[in-house]
Amino acid sequence: MLLSEVVTSGPDFFYLAPWLVFFPVIGLLINIIFGGRFSEKVIGTVASTASGLTFVVAVLLALSLRAHHEGVTILLAEWIAIGELQLDWAFRVDTLSVTMMMVVGGVGTLIHIYAIGYMHEDVRFKNDPGRFRRFFVFLNLFIAAMMILVSGDNYLMLFVGWEGVGLCSFLLIGFWYEMDTLARASTDNAMAAKKAFITNRVGDFGFLIAGMIMFWAFKSVQFDTVFEAAHHIAELQPGIIIAITLFMLLGVAGKSAQIPLFVWLPDAMAGPTPVSALIHAATMVTAGVYLVARSAPLYMLVPQAQGIVAIVGGATALFAATIAVGQYDIKKVLAYSTISQLGFMVAAVGMGAFVAGMFHLVTHAFFKALLFLSAGSVILGVERGHHHGHHDHDDHGHGDHHDDEKSEVFDPGDMRNMGGMRKSMPVTFWLYIIGSLALAGIFPFAGFWSKDEILAEATALNFTVYILLAIAAFFTAFYMGRQIWMVFYGKPKHEAAEHAEESPPIITVPLMVLAALSILGGALNLPGVGTFTHWLEMTYEKFDLHLHHGEFNLTVAITSTVLALLAIGISWLIYGRKSVTFDQADPLKRILGPIFVGMENKWWIDELYWAVILNPYIAIAKFTADVIDWRFWHDWFHDKVIAGTFNWFSKTFLDSWIDQRGIDGFANGLAAGTKELAQRLSGIQTGFVRNYALSVFVGVVVILGYLILQ
Amino acid sequence: MLPVSYYVGLSAILFTIGALGVLIRRNAIIIFMSIELMLNAANLAFVAFARAHESLSGQIFVFFVITVAAAEVAVGLALIVAIFRNKQSIDVDQMSNLKG
Repeated sequence: MLLSEVVTSGPDFFYLAPWLVFFPVIGLLINIIFGGRFSEKVIGTVASTASGLTFVVAVLLALSLRAHHEGVTILLAEWIAIGELQLDWAFRVDTLSVTMMMVVGGVGTLIHIYAIGYMHEDVRFKNDPGRFRRFFVFLNLFIAAMMILVSGDNYLMLFVGWEGVGLCSFLLIGFWYEMDTLARASTDNAMAAKKAFITNRVGDFGFLIAGMIMFWAFKSVQFDTVFEAAHHIAELQPGIIIAITLFMLLGVAGKSAQIPLFVWLPDAMAGPTPVSALIHAATMVTAGVYLVARSAPLYMLVPQAQGIVAIVGGATALFAATIAVGQYDIKKVLAYSTISQLGFMVAAVGMGAFVAGMFHLVTHAFFKALLFLSAGSVILGVERGHHHGHHDHDDHGHGDHHDDEKSEVFDPGDMRNMGGMRKSMPVTFWLYIIGSLALAGIFPFAGFWSKDEILAEATALNFTVYILLAIAAFFTAFYMGRQIWMVFYGKPKHEAAEHAEESPPIITVPLMVLAALSILGGALNLPGVGTFTHWLEMTYEKFDLHLHHGEFNLTVAITSTVLALLAIGISWLIYGRKSVTFDQADPLKRILGPIFVGMENKWWIDELYWAVILNPYIAIAKFTADVIDWRFWHDWFHDKVIAGTFNWFSKTFLDSWIDQRGIDGFANGLAAGTKELAQRLSGIQTGFVRNYALSVFVGVVVILGYLILQ
Repeated sequence: MLPVSYYVGLSAILFTIGALGVLIRRNAIIIFMSIELMLNAANLAFVAFARAHESLSGQIFVFFVITVAAAEVAVGLALIVAIFRNKQSIDVDQMSNLKG
């Protein structure tokens, strides 16, 4: 099938596509089998190399696509053939999937390298070599699963990757399963992992239903087959397409942390920081956005479903942004920020602005990975400062130890412990500033271009969503400003922050690369040039999709820039001049009052879910377990009915009749009969030789008589 | 020449005397002698028939019987001596230890 396509000129590396999955699998196998003898550096290098090679493959595929605009499908093996279902394990290489591959491979590799430095210093690490190896095995497994997700040629293969990344997410959130974020023995991390997994089950259930409806209606789950038949089905039964897209939205809401299933993502910060950056900010959570963008030919047929997707995205963007304002944990702020930015992307792809959504996905991967990793660097810096402070005390003997009790619960991630760190960690500070400006959407950073493309599209496509997103963008700039002032400016609020030390190059160098991408990422799709638009259109033009061409809207750009600068200014007024400590309430609380309490408490969504879903569910589960299962089935049905009947039957019939009288009677009777017979026969044995001789004699006479008389 | 029935009649009388001796007498030696009597009755019948049929196989059989009788006597007398040493008696009715 490839031959006709190979004829055209240009480099052709499409045959490398399966290596996107093979390389990380090889990497993880090497680390599993030989990792026990490797040092930390070697383990990290093997994993990073495996990940880096996938990036090289992705780049080669991208180069090859220049000669094959429409994309290529690489068949690896026949997978499933049952009746009407014919599925191949095939890799789909087109501009959309290659974009994702490059993001996953590129950002993934940088995070692998960062993790070599980070994991060693993690306070929870305690030099357990098995843990270090396990971490990189999981990371490589994640890369492999994510590559399957983005390169699949059908929905089932996509689903395999979808579940694979979900598994890796679970494994890595619960990586320190025996302790909480502060290394105290606890089940918190394990609970967070379970929460993420179970919440995602709800979404995956929706995805599965969508897939089943699709197979029922189309007799196929292969992308091209489905998309080609979609027009026809949409004319006959538009309800089917609406059902598929909306059930798919449930899957998107689970994986990409949208309302109502976003609650797992903030808890997922229990995982190590590189995991938060790789899985829960840059790549896995964008799988939902990719799914909608991939299913564009379906969504474009049903504007009603598109509207719902856009509203869900817009509402999530605003809702999560408000929560981010009230958080104190440096990673929690970024987590809610991620949910909010994912809302931007989902809203964009929901409206039909697939290019804008994917563009924001790419730039967000750069600056959010940068922010998370920098936050990890900050946390490590504070940790170092904390240790440093302890050593100082030890040197001075029995000095004032009054913060030793407090040090038991010292949280290096709490922003109220930080402050003034721009002096102690200058490199990290500048990196953080770049990431924040990109996220806030300040010209000319990457976030400015992608976010404004979404906003500009929204003004034309769905004005309600524009309003939601614009307000969300305002909050985005505000909470990032708040974070910068709390962490890097003012006076250190804890001696740990005062003694914080800068991170080594293995941590800061990958961050610099990400920072460069965050600055320059906007060049991918500059207004008027539109490289990225043309790039993605190669995929979409095949399906005759009339994509809306977003044009640069100066009014929108100026409005959002002014809003962002205003938000940063306000945040300086509130937080820039005054430190927030544990002793006093957040200054914003005095201004907003109960509204801030709501933000601080995440609008009590977790509590709401507990009250509405979890507690009733647990009550039902308890009822079914205690009453139905135990008391009814076990105590009554099993013990009384089944066991009772059997006991009665066996006692009355089997025991006395069959066993005692039948089997025992036969055996005992045989023995008694033999004994009786023997006793009688023994009388013949007189012991007198002459008796025996007489018997022989009589016997001979009888036999001879018989023979003679015969 | 005497007809063969005479010899056979004598042989039958001798055999009957021997058989009765075995069944009736209690002395082991007497029983033994009775057995010899029965064997020799059989020998007499063999020789008589051999002569009547002018065949040597009957006479050869008699040699075998005499040999077996000799061997039997050797074993039997040894047994009787052993029993006597044990029980100071050769009354066969006393030897009923294997009574059931």
